[in-house]
Amino acid sequence: MIMCRNIIIVFFFTAMTVKAQVGSMNVDQMTERLTKNNDTTFIVNFWATWCKPCVEELPVFESITQKYPKGRIKVLLVSLDFKNKVQSVLIPFVKKRNLQSEVIWLNEKNYDAIIDKIHPDWSGSLPATLIVAPHNRIVFFKEGTIDEQELHSHILTE
Amino acid sequence: MKLFHTLFLGVFLLFSTQLIAADTYVLGSKVDDFTLKNIDGTMISLSSYTKNDGVVIVFTCNHCPYSKLYEDRIVALDASMKKKKYSVLAINPNDPIAYPDDSFENMIVRAKEKKFTFPYVIDETQEIAKKFGATRTPHFFILKKVNNSFEIAYIGALDDNAQEPDSVTVNYVEKAVDAIQKGDKVEPASTKAIGCSIKWKK
Repeated sequence: MIMCRNIIIVFFFTAMTVKAQVGSMNVDQMTERLTKNNDTTFIVNFWATWCKPCVEELPVFESITQKYPKGRIKVLLVSLDFKNKVQSVLIPFVKKRNLQSEVIWLNEKNYDAIIDKIHPDWSGSLPATLIVAPHNRIVFFKEGTIDEQELHSHILTE
Repeated sequence: MKLFHTLFLGVFLLFSTQLIAADTYVLGSKVDDFTLKNIDGTMISLSSYTKNDGVVIVFTCNHCPYSKLYEDRIVALDASMKKKKYSVLAINPNDPIAYPDDSFENMIVRAKEKKFTFPYVIDETQEIAKKFGATRTPHFFILKKVNNSFEIAYIGALDDNAQEPDSVTVNYVEKAVDAIQKGDKVEPASTKAIGCSIKWKK
């Protein structure tokens, strides 16, 4: 019985850590993720913990996640933090801020090869936001910060 | 009447392309002379480089982690470029109100810490960054000398691996300068990279 309880406790803590973890994906895996659920519109925000304007606008994306808890709108926060900072900075940041949106770390090295794949209008500066409607239809892209009103206007038209 | 229309359209198109050209430089654009203040207090003009074969301009700053990743590499690039009759010119375009780290005073401190061997000038009005179409730091532009003025020959990243300098496979800037000097086509003539957005004045 005690063992059983211990197992439950272990499971409980494993589940907790899994939630706080940050998935790692390359661009192709990210695209697959965006096209898998064909009834979901994704708001994809490219950011990094070291980017001040990015961190300042995180509440905008968090509020979208809270507004559509099970809806067809989903936020994906794609971090471009350095590889050697994922464990030491990114994951503690996500935990400390208790971010509710899904966070993934973009596992890529040669950015020249992937920036155009994400969007041809992107020069590579952070932050940047992409909205992908079902069937991988890119409906919006913006390099630079975005406010809630602008984001909503693009979601509502979908 | 139809001829008149075509003529009008033609004139309009001519003007609009000129307007675009005057707006932001693209590959092949002739670069206007500019003068900016260096960290040693002197004023530096692009025209003072005409004794060289070219100039590598990098828009960079003090605070940005991506800029920091490249500081040592820019110093190394300067040493290599000097052998090729090219010079490195670093320009900080950021609004120091948005980032006090990027103030003129802090540029002096940072350049000393990192032992910069090239001028580090401030683009206070941000006009030069806008003319170049710079969007992020670091952002590199190669200017080659053509008939005693400069023309844009490459726009983009320094190399193909920001985070791991030991794993770089292509140094785009070196490759482009070598191609220019051999009279070959610059390939690639533009690349993209992740960087910090330039902090424009509000």
